[in-house]
Amino acid sequence: MTDLQIKTDMSHAAAPSTGVRANKLEVRNLDFFYGESKALKNINLSLATNTVTAFIGPSGCGKSTLLRILNRMYDLYPGQRATGEVLLDGQNLLDPKLDLNLLRARVGMVFQKPTPFPMTIYENIAFGIKLYENLSKSELDGRVEHALRGAALWNEVKDKLNASGLSLSGGQQQRLCIARTVAIQPEVILFDEPCSALDPISTAKVEELIDELKEKYTIAIVTHNMQQAARVSEFTAFMYLGELVEFGQTTKLFTSPEKRQTQDYITGRFG
Amino acid sequence: MSALYAARARKDKVIRILCFGAAAFGLTWLGLILFTLFSKGLAGLSPDVFTQMTPPPGSKTGGLANAIMGSVMMTVIGVGIGTPIGLLAGTYLAEYGRHEKLSFYVRFINDILLSAPSIVIGLFIYGAVVVPMGGFSGFAGSLALAVIVIPVVVRTTEDMLLLVPNQLREAASALGLPRSLVIRRIAYKAARTGIITGILLATARVAGETAPLLFTALSNQFWNANLMKTMANLPVTINNFVQSPYEYWRQLAWTGALLITLAVLALNIVARLLGAERKQK
Repeated sequence: MTDLQIKTDMSHAAAPSTGVRANKLEVRNLDFFYGESKALKNINLSLATNTVTAFIGPSGCGKSTLLRILNRMYDLYPGQRATGEVLLDGQNLLDPKLDLNLLRARVGMVFQKPTPFPMTIYENIAFGIKLYENLSKSELDGRVEHALRGAALWNEVKDKLNASGLSLSGGQQQRLCIARTVAIQPEVILFDEPCSALDPISTAKVEELIDELKEKYTIAIVTHNMQQAARVSEFTAFMYLGELVEFGQTTKLFTSPEKRQTQDYITGRFG
Repeated sequence: MSALYAARARKDKVIRILCFGAAAFGLTWLGLILFTLFSKGLAGLSPDVFTQMTPPPGSKTGGLANAIMGSVMMTVIGVGIGTPIGLLAGTYLAEYGRHEKLSFYVRFINDILLSAPSIVIGLFIYGAVVVPMGGFSGFAGSLALAVIVIPVVVRTTEDMLLLVPNQLREAASALGLPRSLVIRRIAYKAARTGIITGILLATARVAGETAPLLFTALSNQFWNANLMKTMANLPVTINNFVQSPYEYWRQLAWTGALLITLAVLALNIVARLLGAERKQK
């Protein structure tokens, strides 16, 4: 990691592109509008393959908005639009002709509140897999187990796979949602404050999980918790009022930030 | 302080007495109605009621078999026609059309339909179906009931789908589910018991409707399963018999009323049980 160079020119913000790792996602000149109001202003940044990038900033700074652009979740609502480019492996995912369902199969998302589907634990996982693949029962069983193991949930639920997903605790539900996302084998996983509804022990488990998941996936995580950003991420983006203030290696951003605003935020002087 | 508190306590007591009084007043009439219904209806309850046809004037034997069959048939067909239309319209309002202007008008018209007097619906079907088809029929009766079922199902479907948290839809979309699957596999599943409850309540509502059948299905003294002919049914039979001078007819009317009440009560209990199950989840 030490050979990664962080550019300081914010117009081509800190793309850690040294040839060591390709960029999975590149955001270029991105603006976002809720109706008439501009929520994101000229965002430029890149997510390197198989790394964790954290987005921090006070409420309303646009970090969740940015995350929801990366899988076009905003498309569910009228009056929301994005301009600029977001390249996933070089392909602009803001292209209006893009198949959103295929995009979302490649870019998975885990939400703030655990959202298990109203079905059994097994079905919660198998449901997504069956959308994309025609598997035999035994293959499907294997995939479900693999996904649940991947989300460190298997040992807790292996004896009650037919219980409702809603019967699990909050932390287990969140890991079920992670397992569900992982099961369809995406390339990027977006976490939108995944631990804000969880107790500290569940939080620790989810953080460990994120650390393991980056072996296979490119991860973006929005968090209100700066310690969490420092613990789980290699890169951190600090956003404020719809702008990307600073983006760089997490260790550097938290120890010697370049911008005064970043310094003030991470030391708790505002936000 | 204590004077203030005492005044508040007095006020609380007065309000509470008023509330209990209002509840007791309402329940008293319900109790009296049920008491009368049971005491008069039970007297006529016998196997004949379910096996014999409605009697001619003056007869001392006969039952309600044809009326029960007609009521069940028209209710089932009416609910069968009205439910899918109501489900689809409710789904449009809650899902696809949530941000559309058309939804506003559909919802407004549906609310009018919901509170339209059922006799108006009967007259409408009379003009739209009975007259062009050249006669009263069980089919026309079913249609009239369907028109009553539709707005109820539209409303409950929309309400129940709106109770499904948006996060669940987002989570399903985030897996790459197309909109139609998000609705069918996730939203319907989450709202299922509520929607079924609504359909059961709509069934209970039309099971006792008289006015829409008066001008559509009319009635019939004989066993008839032909939907294109006039069809006997409990509400109209009760309406006719209860006004008659014949003691036996009036007895059958009471018994018929009791049967409808019991059927509606059963449907309501099932709907309640389903609702309770939903809350537990």
